[in-house]
Amino acid sequence: MGKTKTPKAEAPLSDAASEAPSEGSTDKKNVASDRPLNLIGKPFRRVDGRAKVTGQTKFADDLHFPRTVHMKLVRSTVPHAEIVSIDTTEAAGMPGVLGFLTGDDMPNTFGILPVSQDEHALCVGKVRFVGDPVVAVAALTEDQAHEAALKVKVEYNDLTTIASVEQAASTPEPRIHDYGDTGNIHKQVSMSFGDLDAGFAEADEIFEDIYYFEGNTHLPMEQHASIAFTEDDGRVTIYSSTQTPHYLHRSLAKVLELPASRIRVIACPNGGGFGGKSDPFNHEICAAKMALKLGRPVKIALTREEVFYCHRGRHPVLMKTRTGFKKDGRMTAQHLQTALDGGAYGSYGVASTYYTGALQTVTYDLPKYRFDSIRAFTNKPPCGPKRGHGTPQPRAAFETHLDKAAHRLGIDPADIRLNNLVPPDSVTANYLKVGSIGLGDCIEAVVKGSGWRERYGKLPEGRGLGLACGSYLCGAGLPIYWNFMPQSGVQIKLDRSGGVAVFCGETEIGQGSDSVLAACVAEILGIDLQDIRLCVADTDLTPVDLGSYSSRVTLMVGNAAVQAAERAREIIAKAAGEKLDVPPSRLAFSEHRVFDIEDDERSMSFVEAVQAAEAKFGTLGTTGSYIPPRSPGRYRGAGVGPSPAYSYSAAVVEVEVDPQTGIYQVEHVWMAHDVGKCINPALVMGQIEGSVYMGLGEAMMEEQVFRRLPKKRSNALVHKHPSLLEYKSPTFHEMPPVTSYIIEDPDPNGPFGAKEVGQGPLLPMPPAVANAIFDAVGVRVDQVPIGPHHVLEALERKAKGKEGRVGPNKFPDYDFGVPLNVPTVAEGGDGKATNQETAGVRKGIGTMKDREEAVGKGGQ
Amino acid sequence: MLRLPSFQLVRAESVDDAARALANESDTRIVAGGTDLWPNMKRRHQKASTVVSLANVAELRGVKDTGGEIRIGAMTTLTDIHDSELVLAEQPAVARAVRSISSPVLRNMGTIGGNLCLDTRCTYYNQNEEWRQSINYCMKEQGETCWVAPNSPRCWAISASDSAPALCAIGARVRLVSTDGERTIPLPELYHDDGIDYLAKRPDEILVEVIVPKAGVAKTSFWKLRRRASIDFAVLTVAPAITVDASNTVTDAHIYMGAVGSFPIRVHESEKALLGKPFDAETIAEAARVARKDGTPLNNTDFIPQWRSRMIERYMEAALREAAGLEVDRLAPRHGFGE
Amino acid sequence: MSNTTTLTLRINDEDVTVAFPTHHTLLEVLREECRLTGTKHGCELGECGTCTVLVDGKPMLSCLVLAAEMDGHEIRTVEGMMIGNTLHPLQQAFADLGAAQCGYCTPGILMAAEALLEANPDPTREQIQEALAGNLCRCTGYIKILEAVEWAAATQRGEDTPPAKESIYGSPHAATKGE
Repeated sequence: MGKTKTPKAEAPLSDAASEAPSEGSTDKKNVASDRPLNLIGKPFRRVDGRAKVTGQTKFADDLHFPRTVHMKLVRSTVPHAEIVSIDTTEAAGMPGVLGFLTGDDMPNTFGILPVSQDEHALCVGKVRFVGDPVVAVAALTEDQAHEAALKVKVEYNDLTTIASVEQAASTPEPRIHDYGDTGNIHKQVSMSFGDLDAGFAEADEIFEDIYYFEGNTHLPMEQHASIAFTEDDGRVTIYSSTQTPHYLHRSLAKVLELPASRIRVIACPNGGGFGGKSDPFNHEICAAKMALKLGRPVKIALTREEVFYCHRGRHPVLMKTRTGFKKDGRMTAQHLQTALDGGAYGSYGVASTYYTGALQTVTYDLPKYRFDSIRAFTNKPPCGPKRGHGTPQPRAAFETHLDKAAHRLGIDPADIRLNNLVPPDSVTANYLKVGSIGLGDCIEAVVKGSGWRERYGKLPEGRGLGLACGSYLCGAGLPIYWNFMPQSGVQIKLDRSGGVAVFCGETEIGQGSDSVLAACVAEILGIDLQDIRLCVADTDLTPVDLGSYSSRVTLMVGNAAVQAAERAREIIAKAAGEKLDVPPSRLAFSEHRVFDIEDDERSMSFVEAVQAAEAKFGTLGTTGSYIPPRSPGRYRGAGVGPSPAYSYSAAVVEVEVDPQTGIYQVEHVWMAHDVGKCINPALVMGQIEGSVYMGLGEAMMEEQVFRRLPKKRSNALVHKHPSLLEYKSPTFHEMPPVTSYIIEDPDPNGPFGAKEVGQGPLLPMPPAVANAIFDAVGVRVDQVPIGPHHVLEALERKAKGKEGRVGPNKFPDYDFGVPLNVPTVAEGGDGKATNQETAGVRKGIGTMKDREEAVGKGGQ
Repeated sequence: MLRLPSFQLVRAESVDDAARALANESDTRIVAGGTDLWPNMKRRHQKASTVVSLANVAELRGVKDTGGEIRIGAMTTLTDIHDSELVLAEQPAVARAVRSISSPVLRNMGTIGGNLCLDTRCTYYNQNEEWRQSINYCMKEQGETCWVAPNSPRCWAISASDSAPALCAIGARVRLVSTDGERTIPLPELYHDDGIDYLAKRPDEILVEVIVPKAGVAKTSFWKLRRRASIDFAVLTVAPAITVDASNTVTDAHIYMGAVGSFPIRVHESEKALLGKPFDAETIAEAARVARKDGTPLNNTDFIPQWRSRMIERYMEAALREAAGLEVDRLAPRHGFGE
Repeated sequence: MSNTTTLTLRINDEDVTVAFPTHHTLLEVLREECRLTGTKHGCELGECGTCTVLVDGKPMLSCLVLAAEMDGHEIRTVEGMMIGNTLHPLQQAFADLGAAQCGYCTPGILMAAEALLEANPDPTREQIQEALAGNLCRCTGYIKILEAVEWAAATQRGEDTPPAKESIYGSPHAATKGE
């Protein structure tokens, strides 16, 4: 017996599972297990699925505690000003009002990156954008808090409004912040990998293109909310819609000046994040502070308008790409320049700046590469990480640039890509270690599926195909603050009930991280998902996981879970092996049984095995940790870009364009994504489709843009449309059919070979749409989003004999500072810059041994 | 969460009830489906200390065939109108216009009376209190400047009702009731070309009924431009009603455009170009070419005004061609008409 | 001070007597007085469909309905969907297919979908798109939702037609292992 029972997954889907195309895959690189898999790779109902369809899932605003009071933030109504005075007198007399906080109550700064601790929970001294919070008001009801907030009077002394990168560069004073590389330039970066001049000298043709990617925002359906309360002596707890409870925890400790051990952060399931809930936010810190002040639970639930002010979305980026090509399409060198409009605070901006250059090298071989960038402070809500963090903008620039190059060189756009692929297991010019790369398979899949070879360039006027690719991280190689501790930790508790409790700091934002965590453990212990109880995202109870960002969770949490589960299996196997008189190494765990792989009659139930282990070893518990391998780069800035693995995507988009209006429709999308190995194909498909959707939204309509009122009349700089009506996101009607291909090329660094899928498939969408429009009507719109008016304008220019193109024409002559010179591996480089003294070197990287030791310690 | 400010609610049981409440109370507004007033009150650019709800006034609901005409009660939901076989059979362009409004769930709540009285819209106006404070408000509400046209003495907020141009074109009338009595006026007379004072209806009057002629000989159509095929307001609507004689010569033309001005704009230039001419592709192209003169798209809604202005010709041509039974050969974006 | 209304609401076939400020919407009263927090909110302005509930069987935006006007009406929320301890076919399909990712828009979409299937047990994909077009979702790209509604409709009609293999595993391609 032991193999008679089929695991009771969701019946209709498990039937389909037996016919899965991926079934029977026994790739030798499949690292975690050479045994057939029970659960991994098959569709199963996500572990939070039932709660989400019944209304049982508690998002932060769904929580209520007795005596809860409500808080509102009074936000700046001016873009840039000194605070002259704050008068709460009238507001204090309003019904139900309980208390106020101002910047003076929380003088310590915070921020997500150690290098840009530039935020206050409430503004101190000055405000930097319309929406910057100045005062917090608590009242018995939200109605009362809002009425009181409207009565708070803040007097401002206006400063120059800085509305654009160009204005920031030409207006060093007044400074929005008193730190940063120079004036209102927050960050300058210049790095040169290899002998660029030699690279360009080798080229037969050099092409240069300028491209603009407008900013856009995450627009999660759930507006951010938090509820904080005090308990015991000197302890405060906050439930919040955050993707990064650990970083919030650190910021709270810093601002509240409390030991972190007395602060408990619980991340509720996020009603969508996409990067928009990965910074610690003012409202969260204020809720905790107000709870400490009032001794009552304090809730704040932001309005939609306020969510637009939290922002941290896609940076607007102007880019110039200059690339040398051989006649056969091989690239010899690339020089990329980017300019980012960062908004009013640092947020992840320094990382975003590097990310606009870092991942250009992981798709196509760029033997020499130079990257220059600046990020400016402006008086707008801060930009930060949105799905693809800093990389969709240069990716769009690169993939349209490549499309043009293919045309100029007379090469099929699919072939120019296939001919330039980065080889697997290689090191790029900027010292990123690429392991598995399924990009070639991705391109082949969409080329075949879309009928590219037969149809591209041959469709009737108005109909076109466009191809583009992309790549993304599976987690950042380094944590946000330098440390030797694990990036992800998992604890497992088992007992005589046979139930398994899994503790992990990971945060479910809809991407399915709970399901990945549970599936990894269930797979290794041979039990059902229903036997696992998760406890996640609670800084008091769960081991640290850094959060749901940079597509890190499947790989990092997955690996930590696999390690913890394997350790549990080892313990159980020792005890069971003794009982069954079988060497532990011969025991398999499957279908709730532990059995001898050579004689499956010699078996016991999983519950009996756990009981044996508990009797033998005492109370049972194991841990697992994950720290990414160290990347070979040793230069300043080498910390941004490395990842344990890179995912790859390719898309073909088909559009129909009406040449008389410029209106276009996306008729079909073919998307292939190299996910390494599916943990759950149904959820992988959902991530692919969701990424296609969000990428299309960015390509076609989404933009976070601002109105600068006439300068003679007003200093105002306001969000043009902070609403779900006027910030356009695609509805059911705008979503085309999608044919998705899952490419499985297991990566040795991924749990069961798995890589990310949450962000990568977004990247090819904007350039694929642009390239398809070109194929349809022969014009280039070198900016995102592409509105019908852009298409029509380009068509009209073409009809008048001008260049059939709309987009930026000039990249300003910015000062990027002294370039860091890093010889490539091919040039005999060792990952270090040759001019690190003059250009600076990153301190405290630590050695691989330090990190390995840290992993070891973390896992005990 | 964005919430309503507090107010007194009067739940009228009859039109008389409602009219009395409006006459007796100051600072009062009527609510029908609530899909316009409640968002406006939440954002505090419309205010009221008393709100008179017509939800319980049963006499205001329903589509009635009175022989020569169709009478639609003001509280009839948009869904009930576009689902009405009578409306669909007699005035398909009206049914299409109503079906194009926002989204299905909103049409289950929104009413025809509410849609005809829809507050004019502007991206400087349809914003939260705090946002409007940061531009020092606008002329339509508390402020002095029309930010769309800062030197303008008037407000340029947009008439965004989809039913209005369609109903204007076919000669619908509306009945208004107050404690002083009632009056029935042609629908176009309900509107003023002013973003603030956009309705000829007095605050104490209730729009109780829309009187829709049955299908005459006029050829009608309705075209709408917007970014998304659902939820969005129009940035341009075109509604022609064209009568031709036996030789296909245009004898009468009523063409209205919406969302390119503060009221449903009668497109006189296009009408002139059509009258007395054969209703064919050539005449239509000319009528479309001149249509732009009557519209004034400004930068206070979605899309750039220059392009919207260009689209007037395209959409006018498409709408007229469809009315004439000619092939509409360009890509029609998904309108969400559900047809 | 604001006025208070006391009413008996009929929610999910149960009478609930509640007192609330008269200017509060059905959304607020469901979530705050009735503690039925399954109904979510995304804008409170009628622009996203997140707060959709059924009033007399019709999908409506609870953020734009006064609770004070809901006497005599039948209200249904996501909490009323399960049949005993069994998921409604729509719930089952949404959970199994991953049509609920973050799950925040899900209750509103389930409500709109339930009303659709009540009126039209065999809708075309275009009809489903149209019926749900007032509901925004940022996670799924809508595809799994369409497939889930189709699957649930089939289940309700007594047909055993699970979603196509391609919608769960992706389409076959040259690099598919084992081919």
